[in-house]
Amino acid sequence: MSESTVSEVVPGGTAADGAFASPADAAARLADVRYLTDEAIATTVFLAQVLGKPLLVEGPAGVGKTELAKAVAAATGSELIRLQCYEGLDEARALYEFNYKKQLLAIQAAPEDRAWQETHDDIFSEEFLLERPLLAAIRRTGPTVLLIDEADKADVEVEGMLLEVLSDFQVTIPELGTVEAVRRPFVLITSNAARELSEALKRRCLYLHLDYPAPERERDIVLAQVPGLEAELAEQLVRTVGTLRALEVKKAPSIAETVDWARTLLALGLDELDETAVARTLGVVLKHASDQERAVKELGLG
Amino acid sequence: MASLVDRHTGFVAALREAGLPVSVAEGLDAVRAMRVVDLLDREALRAAYAATVVKRPAHRVAFDRLFDLWFPAAVGDGAGAPPERPARTHGADGRPVPAPLDPRVRLRREELADLLLTGDDAGLRQFARTAVAEYGRPEGQDAWFSSGVLRALSPGTLMAGLLNAVLQGRERGGMAERIARRTFADRIARFEDLVAGEVRRRIAEDTGVERTARLTVRPPLERLDFSSAGRAELDALRREVYPLARRLATRLVQKQRRGDRGRLDFRRTVRASLASGGVPLTAHYRPRRPHKPELVVLCDASDSVSAFAHFTLLLTFALREQFTKVRAFAFIDATDEITKYFQPGADVADAMTRMAREADLVWITGRSNYGHAIKVFADRYGDAVGPKTSLLILGDARSNYGELSLPILRDLADRARHSYWLNPEPRRLWDTGDSAASRYGEIVEMFECRNLVQLAAFAEELA
Repeated sequence: MSESTVSEVVPGGTAADGAFASPADAAARLADVRYLTDEAIATTVFLAQVLGKPLLVEGPAGVGKTELAKAVAAATGSELIRLQCYEGLDEARALYEFNYKKQLLAIQAAPEDRAWQETHDDIFSEEFLLERPLLAAIRRTGPTVLLIDEADKADVEVEGMLLEVLSDFQVTIPELGTVEAVRRPFVLITSNAARELSEALKRRCLYLHLDYPAPERERDIVLAQVPGLEAELAEQLVRTVGTLRALEVKKAPSIAETVDWARTLLALGLDELDETAVARTLGVVLKHASDQERAVKELGLG
Repeated sequence: MASLVDRHTGFVAALREAGLPVSVAEGLDAVRAMRVVDLLDREALRAAYAATVVKRPAHRVAFDRLFDLWFPAAVGDGAGAPPERPARTHGADGRPVPAPLDPRVRLRREELADLLLTGDDAGLRQFARTAVAEYGRPEGQDAWFSSGVLRALSPGTLMAGLLNAVLQGRERGGMAERIARRTFADRIARFEDLVAGEVRRRIAEDTGVERTARLTVRPPLERLDFSSAGRAELDALRREVYPLARRLATRLVQKQRRGDRGRLDFRRTVRASLASGGVPLTAHYRPRRPHKPELVVLCDASDSVSAFAHFTLLLTFALREQFTKVRAFAFIDATDEITKYFQPGADVADAMTRMAREADLVWITGRSNYGHAIKVFADRYGDAVGPKTSLLILGDARSNYGELSLPILRDLADRARHSYWLNPEPRRLWDTGDSAASRYGEIVEMFECRNLVQLAAFAEELA
């Protein structure tokens, strides 16, 4: 059996280059990669890095949870490894599995006189290991951002596995021994809160609740994403979207939809958001017939 | 001034007292976080605490209130220097001139209107501080009240002027006005919050932080009694119901998935084995036919449980969106089917008003009559309950000393696959007065359900 990989763990940040120096530094560098933060986001991201703790980000769909992970990776020059969760995700898909087919070939191709034990040791070695996102993130020596996306979609059993991996940043593979992180990845877990994650997992994570942004921040985001948009139109747009969200529609418009709307208006050459303009383009932001009816009624578009 | 460590432990203790489960490890995380953020930056400190000890959005309001008390933005009169001159003009008789006529108050109102118009949050915070210093303490008293500030400045009445300022003669009643109105309403609410926060801070300075915290912080949303919820809290509860219904639905699916995996798909298994030289390494199964749970909800919509009814109707609505087979019935003393008002995709607020207008609920008395309601239900819709149905009854089991129709209910419960009863009254009040809780409870298993925690616990039970 091969020996385990043992090295000193560098807690994410302190020694690593590319780490954020302060919340303000985090905010500035995230803004450089076109992710506009507010004070809470910048501080929490900074803390997650300095304390070397996983960051759990919850909030409605489309407020930029996944984008945040991408932005952190881009701003710190790290590689992004993504584990997309879904119902039925298991260890073999998240952690590692052995390449059965290759093992089978190796057994068939083994010379007659070779001892079984030898073959056995051989086929349970590094060569036959298929690493999946979690193991890959732990074994990487370069700076890494591990994104565990939509953790609420996965089954409860997966959480148990995540707990083990995230508390010590190590994985035990029976045939190979324990693999320990050489360098702790920056871990970001997202959840739409479709299912309450376990207390144990939450305790191990820092927590950030990302909500729809304040009007000023959303305006800046739209202006950053849609070049050529008039500031005043952006302001109008953001206020209108805010009103739509306040209507308690079934699917409140996300930031991405605000940006889409801005692009639509630009493409149509509309420079003011009046009743007719909204009525023509409402489908860009509201995707349910009942939501549209409601908006038409409440905004007096009739 | 206590040391930072005392402040921290006091704060964490207060969070726990307010119902936030802050573990020792999380408290330590907070301390570690404080070592790396700039302690003089109050918002950074708030973010550090929030990231380490608050793990549910519903806890955030209580957290913010306590944080403002333990780490106040200012001490004494703070940055809002004490007013150099009296805030009110006194008439010849020595009594203050009524606020609308007082030129000093008018000046302040103009200042407030400008701040609301520009949406300058920092300015608004500063203004709230000064305003509380000026108007927060009624003459001759030594307690602080936000009502004094709001009465003098009456921010709500500034709306018309604000709208005029932005609409600039554009047509009224249109979309622009509605959007502007909402923006200003938000800012006015923000101002009222700031005033309330400042008043709490002043009270805390006079009477001690711990005491104030205990008096001003409401229990977190998930432990809040449905019946004592205010309007805003009901709205917040409503938002919590959807994830709960979704969770209930996923739990039902998971439960069924954990059972046997369905039959072996021989063809797919053999085909897959070709890739590994005829050795079937992975077995493929046919997907199991999904099991569709049926739900029949029967809920009390009378006044005595109105807050609860409001809430359970929302739960019903949410469940209706998750399951294909849900039939909902409401009763006061007669019973009517309300499923049609809760079509998937319908608007919940509309559904509630239509239901109140059109459904045939009140028979004579307007008070709940369980016996009659159950009888009407069994007569008219008895066939809705079958061997695949879960029957869910929501109500306080207070029948105003009327008929109970126990045999009819027993018959319904026997026909249903499961039956459950959610009672919004505290268990210790069951069987007092006209409550028939345990007599119904003998037939249908009864759960106390007063808050989200208990509802969530029930959701697990159901699955």
